[in-house]
Amino acid sequence: MATIKVGMADLNICKAPDMITTLGLGSCIGIAVYDPVTKIGGLAHIMLPDSTQMRNNSNIAKFADTGIEELIKRVTMAGANRRRLVAKIAGGAKMFEVKGMSGIGNVGERNAHASKAKLSQLGIPLVAEDTGLNFGRTVELYPETGDFYIKAVGKPLKII
Amino acid sequence: MAKFSLDQVNDMYFDVLKEIGNIGAGNATTAISHMLNIKVNMEVPKVKFLTFQELPTAISAEEETVVGIYLEVQDDIDGSMMFLLKMDSARYLVNRLMGRPDDYTEEFNEMDLSAIKEIGNIISGSYLSALSGMTNMVITSSVPYLAIDMAAAILSVPAIQFGQYGDNALLIQTEFGDDVTIQGFFILMPDVESYDKILTSLGIAL
Repeated sequence: MATIKVGMADLNICKAPDMITTLGLGSCIGIAVYDPVTKIGGLAHIMLPDSTQMRNNSNIAKFADTGIEELIKRVTMAGANRRRLVAKIAGGAKMFEVKGMSGIGNVGERNAHASKAKLSQLGIPLVAEDTGLNFGRTVELYPETGDFYIKAVGKPLKII
Repeated sequence: MAKFSLDQVNDMYFDVLKEIGNIGAGNATTAISHMLNIKVNMEVPKVKFLTFQELPTAISAEEETVVGIYLEVQDDIDGSMMFLLKMDSARYLVNRLMGRPDDYTEEFNEMDLSAIKEIGNIISGSYLSALSGMTNMVITSSVPYLAIDMAAAILSVPAIQFGQYGDNALLIQTEFGDDVTIQGFFILMPDVESYDKILTSLGIAL
């Protein structure tokens, strides 16, 4: 079983029995999608909610809207059936208790919101999520079972 | 619309950041020396221009627990700054400050956390006054906010800030040494308009 690593503002696909992971999500979101029949999945690590708000938006994996679109394209090209795809998301933490809602204060929340909106627009059901709060998360997707492992410092392993 | 893009950062801006790093770390060294009553030496800071792929591992492995202190800056420029300390460095500083033996490794209590915030405040203030002095601008900061978590998760905050205008981040690495080496990392994140202001005030053409 190989492990495929996804970096920040990055995405990739994975076929069972391999596993795909991204380490230390903070305010970013990890979006996992998989097809339970072909056991093909993918993971995106997005940083910002909306590419249309940015002048410099050439890195499509950086944004929830373009990143999710690309992720779906890549997994279907690899053989996943788009109509069977389901999604799980994690991350979107507020790492610092900064007062006020401007700037980075609520970017995690905005990332989570934008990711859900994009999935819903594309008709991909969101079957589980672990977002918000104030801690970092490492996530692992096992396309064999669809299990999405969430690891955090000083907390027990969570499987959604 | 701001003219600045980090992707066109030039050597001159690099040198300026290095100088801010130098003066800031110098100020910080003096402050830490006084606070802890120990002799502290400082290495010449390194300025690193990193892609998002490189940033999460710039100070340690992605999942290693580190200390992050975050402050918002305002007045003549707007933005934020972050100071990161490796866990062993934070522990060393706190033990010194609390008069404990160096090998004390119990979990940080409330007092320790306040002490770390204060250390972060002093160090960040040292860098800010360097920036303020060089640019002749009034720059003040908010209270410090603290997070102790995975390095990559803490670094997602500056990555997101930088991500709004490019695909890279700038990091100033400083090593303070005494009997042990204290490694600190400083990240300055002015908003886009403020970058222009800083560069203009330094006489750097865009």
